[in-house]
Amino acid sequence: MAGLTLRGIGKTFGDTAVLNNIDLDIADGEFLTLVGPSGCGKSTLLRIIAGLESQDRGSVSIGGTSVDHMRPHERRIAMVFQNYALYPHMSVFDNIALPLTMTRLSLFERLPLMRHLSLRRRRVMDEIAREVRVVAEQLRIETFFHRRPGQLSGGQRQRVALGRAMVRHPQAFLMDEPLSNLDAKLRVHMRGELTELHARLGATMVYVTHDQIEAMTMSDRLAVMDHGEILQLGTPADVYELPATIAVAQFIGSPAINLFPARVGSGGQIELLGRTLPIDVRNAPAPELTIGVRPEAMRIGGGPCTITCRLRRRENLGSESILHFDLVASPEVPVLCRIDNGMPIPEGEVTLAFEPRDCHVFDNNGRRIEVESRNAASRDVRRASEVR
Amino acid sequence: MTTVAAQITPLDAAPPASRQRWIERLAGLGFAAPAFILLVLTNLAPLAALAFLSFTNYELGALDFSFVGLKNFGTALQDPVIRRSVTNTLLYVAIVVPGGVLISLLVAILIHRRKRTRALYEVIYFLPVTSTLIAMATMWQFMLHPTLGLINQALKSLGFAEAAFLSEPRLVIPTLAAIGIWQLVGFNMVLFLAGLSAIPRDLYEAVDIDGASHPIDRFLKVTWPMLGPTTMFVTVTTFITAFKIFDTVAVMTRGGPGGASEVLLYAIYLEGFQYFHMSYAATLTLVFLAFTLVFSVLQTFILDRRVHY
Ligand SMILES: Nc1ncnc2c1ncn2[C@@H]1O[C@H](COP(=O)(O)OP(=O)(O)OP(=O)(O)O)[C@@H](O)[C@H]1O
Ligand SMILES: [Mg+2]
Repeated sequence: MAGLTLRGIGKTFGDTAVLNNIDLDIADGEFLTLVGPSGCGKSTLLRIIAGLESQDRGSVSIGGTSVDHMRPHERRIAMVFQNYALYPHMSVFDNIALPLTMTRLSLFERLPLMRHLSLRRRRVMDEIAREVRVVAEQLRIETFFHRRPGQLSGGQRQRVALGRAMVRHPQAFLMDEPLSNLDAKLRVHMRGELTELHARLGATMVYVTHDQIEAMTMSDRLAVMDHGEILQLGTPADVYELPATIAVAQFIGSPAINLFPARVGSGGQIELLGRTLPIDVRNAPAPELTIGVRPEAMRIGGGPCTITCRLRRRENLGSESILHFDLVASPEVPVLCRIDNGMPIPEGEVTLAFEPRDCHVFDNNGRRIEVESRNAASRDVRRASEVR
Repeated sequence: MTTVAAQITPLDAAPPASRQRWIERLAGLGFAAPAFILLVLTNLAPLAALAFLSFTNYELGALDFSFVGLKNFGTALQDPVIRRSVTNTLLYVAIVVPGGVLISLLVAILIHRRKRTRALYEVIYFLPVTSTLIAMATMWQFMLHPTLGLINQALKSLGFAEAAFLSEPRLVIPTLAAIGIWQLVGFNMVLFLAGLSAIPRDLYEAVDIDGASHPIDRFLKVTWPMLGPTTMFVTVTTFITAFKIFDTVAVMTRGGPGGASEVLLYAIYLEGFQYFHMSYAATLTLVFLAFTLVFSVLQTFILDRRVHY
C-alpha cells in the first residue's frame, strides 16, 4: 500500500480544459472519494492516476516515487471499471488469475502452445491458483470459478472485478463508479461490503462517484469537483457542515439546500426579504449575499429568522416528509423543508423558521463567509452532543 | 372481447386449450409458409431438377433422353479433367482461405487505429471489391506479362529471375490465388473492422493495467478471442467464395497451360455450355455442392465449439 500525490495536474482535450491544476495528497490507507456532477473530470483524473491517459501538466507519484513515465501495469495499481471490463471469454478463475500470470510467466510461457513445454509454468500456476483461491474466499466467489462473466449477476461480476483488483496486492485501488450499474438495493449492500473490504485490507482507495450518498457514507475524505477543479477537500462531515462554495452546498446533501438571495443590511446584518437576521456580515466583500439553509434545519413556527411560504406539495418518504414551498415574496424560489411524519401538515401561508447557526452565508462569488464565530461554536456544540 | 369468448367456448366441441394449440400451430405454419415456398421455388426445386438430370443422358437441344443410373457419377470419378479440377480447386482454396483471412485481419488491425487516414485506406483496400474482375483481369494480364509486366520489371530490377506467372504450370494456381486474395481482402477487412470497433475499449485498458501491454498479449488476450464470431463468419464466406473460383480462370487462362488451372466450376461450365452435356454438368454441380456443404458444416461445427460469443 502507498499514498498518492498529485501536483498541478492539468489536462486539455482539444481546446476544452478538463482538469485545471489539481493538487491532491492521498494518505496511505485512505478511502478518498472524487465526487462531482457529470462531466467534471473525475474519470479523467482517475485515468491519469492509472496511466491510461497522460496529463498535459503536473506529475503523479505513488508511494513517493514519480510514476509519470510508467506504463499502467508498472504503477502497480488496480482499477475497477464501471462496467467491470471482465474478459468475457475467460472463466472467473482465469479473469482473476490474469494479472498474476501476466507478471509471473514470461511471454514465451504464455503463448498458446508453448505452455506445455515449460516445467516452471506448472509450479507457478499452482502457486497462482492458491492465491486466487484466497481472494475468492474473501469475496465468496469460489463457487462459480468455472463460469464465464456472462453467466453471473451484476453483483457477482462486481465481486469478480474486485477479486481481479485484489489479487495483485496493488499499491492502490482506483474505482470508477463501480456500483452505478447495480440496482438500488444491491448498491446499498455492496457499499457496505466495499467499506468493510477497505477496513480489512487497509488499502488506499480512490473512488469516483457522482452519487453523494456513496461519497458521504464510504469515504474518509471526499474531494468535491466541478469544471475540472477541486472545490473542497475534507471529511464528509466537514464538507456537509461547512461547504466552501454554493456549488458544494448544492451538490452535497439530499434534498438539496435552500438558497435565498439576501444582502448586507444597514447595521451590517443580513437582510433577507426585507427582514433583518441577527447575523453579523460586516466582513462580506460585497453587499450581495446568498443564504443557504438545509431542509432539515427548517421548521414550522416562529423565531428570529423566518420566511413566509406557501405549500405546493408534499413528498411522503415514510418516516418523514419533504414539504415543497414557494416563497410568498418571490414565488420562483423553491423552499424545501423536512419534517417528521406525525407533525401536522400546514396549509396556506406558513411561517418557516431556522436558527442563525444553521445559516450558511456565501458572498457574491459564491464563496463561504465565516460569520462571527457562531457557526464554529454551534458546530462544537453539535459535535459535543454527538459524542454524548 | 371476454363476453364473446365466453359465449363461443361452450358451443365448441373441442376443449379450449387444444383448440388454442391448433390455432397457434396453424398460425405458425402460416407465418413460415412464405419463406418455405420461396425456399422450395428458388433452392430445393432447382436442386431436385439437377439431381434428376444427373441420372439421365440429357444433352442441351436433344429431344429425347433416357435414364442411365449412376453412369455419370462413374464417368466423373474416372475423368482425369475432373480429378485435376478438384485438386486445383482445393489447392486454390488452401491458399486463398488462410491468406484472405489473415491478411485482411492484419490490414484491419493496422488501419483500425488510424484516425485521419483510415477512410483513405478503407477505400483503397475496398476498391478491388467494387470493380468487376473481368475488367481488372485485363490489368492483371498486363501486370503479369512475362516481359513487359510491371511485376516482372520489378523482379528484374531487384535482381530476381523473371517468371511466367500465367504460363508456368507450377505458378498459375498460386498466381490466381494471389489475385483472389487481392479481390477478397477489402471485403473481409470491412467485416474485421466492424468486429474490431465492437470490442469495448476498457477491455484493452483492463489488460493494460493487468500487465499485458505487449502487443502479442493484447492480441491474444483480447483482440483474437473477441473477434471469434467475426473470424468464423469471414472464414466460412471466404471459403465459399474461393470454392467458386471461375472468372479469373475463364478470362485469363481458360484452364491452361495444359489444364494446370482447370477448376471445378470452369469444368462444369465447359461441359454444360460448351459441350452441351447437360446431364454430366448437373452431376458435377452436385459434386461441387456436396464439397461446399461438407466443408461449411465441418467448419461451422469445429469453429463453433471454439468460438466465444
Ligand atoms: N477522449 C476524450 N476526448 C475529448 N473529450 C473528452 C475525452 N474524455 C473525456 N472528455 C471530456 O472531458 C470531460 C470530463 O470527462 P470525464 O469522463 O472525466 O467526466 P466524469 O466526471 O467522469 O463524468 P461522469 O460522471 O459522467 O462519468 C467531459 O466534458 C468529456 O466530454
Ligand atoms: Mg466518469
